Amino acid sequence: MAKQAVSFTLNGKAVDVLVEPRELLIHTLRENLNHTGAHIGCETSHCGVCTVDVDGQSVKSCTLLTVQAAGSDVKSVEGLASADGLHVIQQAFVDEHGLQCGFCTPGMLMRAYRFLQENPDPSDEEIRWGMSGNLCRCTGYQNIIEAVKTAAKNLQQA
Amino acid sequence: MDKVTDKQKREDSLNGVGCSRKRKEDARFIQGKGNYTDDIKMPGMLFADMVRSPYAHARIISINKEKALALPGVHAVITAADLKPLNLHWMPTLAGDVQAVLADEKVHFQYQEVALVVADDRYIAADAIDLVEIEYEELPVLIDPHKAMTDEAPILREDLVGKMEGAHSTRKHNNHIFNWQAGEKESTDRVFDSADVTVSQDMVYHRVHPCPLETCGCVASMDKINGKLTVYLTSQAPHVVRTVVSMLSGIPESNVRIVSPDIGGGFGNKVGIYPGYVASIVASIVLGVPVKWVEDRMENISTTAFARDYHMRGELAADSNGIIKGLRVNVLADHGAFDSCADPSKFPAGFMHICTGSYDIPVAHLNVDGVYTNKAPGGVSYRCSFRVTEAVYVIERTIDVLAQKLGIDKAEIRRRNFVKKEQFPYKTCLGFELDSGDYHTALEKVLDAVDYKGLRREQEEKRAKGELMGIGLVTFTEVVGAGPSKSCDILGVGMFDSAEIRIHPTGSAMARMGTITQGQGHQTTYAQIIASELGISSDEISIEEGDTDTAPYGLGTYGSRSTPVGGAATAVAARKIKAKAKKIAAHLLEVSEDDLEWEVDRFKVKGVPGQEKTMKDIAWAAYNNVPDGMEPGLEAVDYYDPPNFTFPFGAYLCVVDIDKHTGVTDIRRFYALDDCGTRINPMIIEGQIHGGLTEGYAVAMGQEMPFDEQGNLLGNTLMDYFLPTFVETPKWETDYTVTPSPHHPIGAKGVAESPHVGSIPTFTSAVVDAFAHLDVTHMDMPHNAFRVWKQVKALGLLD
Repeated sequence: MAKQAVSFTLNGKAVDVLVEPRELLIHTLRENLNHTGAHIGCETSHCGVCTVDVDGQSVKSCTLLTVQAAGSDVKSVEGLASADGLHVIQQAFVDEHGLQCGFCTPGMLMRAYRFLQENPDPSDEEIRWGMSGNLCRCTGYQNIIEAVKTAAKNLQQA
Repeated sequence: MDKVTDKQKREDSLNGVGCSRKRKEDARFIQGKGNYTDDIKMPGMLFADMVRSPYAHARIISINKEKALALPGVHAVITAADLKPLNLHWMPTLAGDVQAVLADEKVHFQYQEVALVVADDRYIAADAIDLVEIEYEELPVLIDPHKAMTDEAPILREDLVGKMEGAHSTRKHNNHIFNWQAGEKESTDRVFDSADVTVSQDMVYHRVHPCPLETCGCVASMDKINGKLTVYLTSQAPHVVRTVVSMLSGIPESNVRIVSPDIGGGFGNKVGIYPGYVASIVASIVLGVPVKWVEDRMENISTTAFARDYHMRGELAADSNGIIKGLRVNVLADHGAFDSCADPSKFPAGFMHICTGSYDIPVAHLNVDGVYTNKAPGGVSYRCSFRVTEAVYVIERTIDVLAQKLGIDKAEIRRRNFVKKEQFPYKTCLGFELDSGDYHTALEKVLDAVDYKGLRREQEEKRAKGELMGIGLVTFTEVVGAGPSKSCDILGVGMFDSAEIRIHPTGSAMARMGTITQGQGHQTTYAQIIASELGISSDEISIEEGDTDTAPYGLGTYGSRSTPVGGAATAVAARKIKAKAKKIAAHLLEVSEDDLEWEVDRFKVKGVPGQEKTMKDIAWAAYNNVPDGMEPGLEAVDYYDPPNFTFPFGAYLCVVDIDKHTGVTDIRRFYALDDCGTRINPMIIEGQIHGGLTEGYAVAMGQEMPFDEQGNLLGNTLMDYFLPTFVETPKWETDYTVTPSPHHPIGAKGVAESPHVGSIPTFTSAVVDAFAHLDVTHMDMPHNAFRVWKQVKALGLLD
């Protein structure tokens, strides 16, 4: 299959890849660009462990062809922390014990990152609905909800 | 006064046992730097994908690989015919049976592994599996385990025809695997014959799958120059895998290295050794390059490790006051096409004989028959210790039925039958010695916390108005920490576990264990144990697990065994170090050991203020100034063979409101009290309980693996298979009591599975309770809206 040259921005840096038109963004990120933070947990777009941020929207990167990401601004968990240290959301997940095995965590963090921009002061119920596209098998969600609330509070104070 | 403060300060700075310190493993996970099996990349690595059977039972007439091999980028197509000369087409299971690695002449279940395709990348491999042409001849299918031992049943295992001596008993039928019994049949029957009251309840504990978010997979790499095989794989028991791989392949165990890297949840799914691993290892040996195989979700749910599928009858005999006189449990166990249950070798039904629960039952009999059907093999402990979930379910359900028949409240009947605090250690009539417990206190604490009487009053009012409200109650006892090697082994290896601790010259430490964390936070909690034992801050203790080249041999992490066994090994190894440290301290202080006392992080000369040596001082001296005749260094290893199991317990209460028009069950409240003995890290314990309760909710309320008559699995993607989201997961309330285990070095019992084991019957108890006034005694899981609505309709409540 003839490959296509695709350019996009990943965590603020320009990247160029050569991919088959059928290649999914999650595979390009993981195999081609060695960004293995986002994971693969299903093939039906239910689990959300592959969630990244594309042009200001949460996207399950197993549902997007890499060629569709051409020209996009992609942000993954690897781009969340900065030179100043951890992002407020990352710290909140540690402080509230919002992760166990860690497999869903990159997707969960990226969804929380976007969700808190969509809704900076959410109620518990709004967090439950707003994060519901991401599954976790370990935590029972309760501490993730606490983490998102803590992050919301700390982001507002920042 | 200052001294006390100083001592307390030093104690606090250890971040040891009992503190909710933050987890040491989190830093990598929150920054996308976890290292899971599918993250591993090796030079020249190829990708494998599996060709699977569309049929549940069929003869393989022919396999044509030509078109697949002709596809550019395909390196190999491996079938049973290729494995046969190596004698690797079948492999032994953990349960004393054999399992086809790749289907040999016949397929026995839908999605069975038939051929492994190896290609340059996963896309080409996926293309190629469609090009492997296989001709099948369909055979009659056996799905219903109740029909397995009838005359009309098709013969599933042709390899076993005529072999009527099974691994655990004589087989009664070619589809029979084993019969296993515990207790005394005749005396139990006599009690039932003369009892005031007896009850009998049939129940199905349906087939489910643990479904961790990371599926199973491996990267196998054979280094032909050095003769060394390295396999990264998703295993909860890497050392056992090394032994099995060595036995299967003939490669000396010293040249096999198994590495469990970060694991994205296990829940029992990653205990077994699966055909994909073995076929990938063969592919790497044949091709001389690393080969990666990772399941997709459909393959995961369909083939690796189902759980449960126990068809049970629970019977209780009692007097008119509800005092239990005897218990009978009968089980028909559907094990699928190969018996690959992951249980200690001598226990084909796991620890099902813990089914006497928290109750003082004088006599009991348990009978289990395992049968083959055309379903995937498995029978793993899904967040549970070897069938304890099934055992707790049958006793808790049946005691509810007894309470209902006698018109006794379900809290009261438990009170009347509990093993009393002063009876511990208590020998159950089915052979366990319950080490400790205080069931009455746990129950009363829960009843008070939720205002049980108030809830019952509210329920009366609602019933009068025709509304459906249910209160579920369970008081469970688990058996975990397998186990004493006199009774517990896996393939002949005793179920001890191990810890090796090294104190470095500058006083920090590193330790390695035979267990492997999958989210439980071992890097944090083991460090806390060592911190409290040795007076070294847990911040300065690094923990490694999972690499068989470096970690001491251990049986792995499942059945809540890490804290009871690995944690005990850790404490004992630390105490060996402390004993040596004391000798060094005595030498440095020029006193006798008897003159020394331990305080937080140092040895002090009794009665001589200021004469002391800290653990840091001693560590340094261990490398340059030890007493004559003592070898330098400060390290120890312990292989801990536990004297007994541990027995965590709890009392759970659930309140549900059922919408009779839709059948939707709203979990209004769930209150979980757990007693796991000494609490190492309360934050982690609470997290484990939230997770276990959520998995229990999933099993009770939605997960199922239905099959049609042709053996097609109806629902093997996340579209159908229920994993609760943020939205439907209830809010959990947790509580605890502390009854330390008397035989565990630090009194800890294990916790991660209790909430799963205990919550499932609580949900059933609550849903059934909503209908109890209408003489409903039991409803089978899952309690999804449709099934509950059917119950509503059958009772005529919709008019």
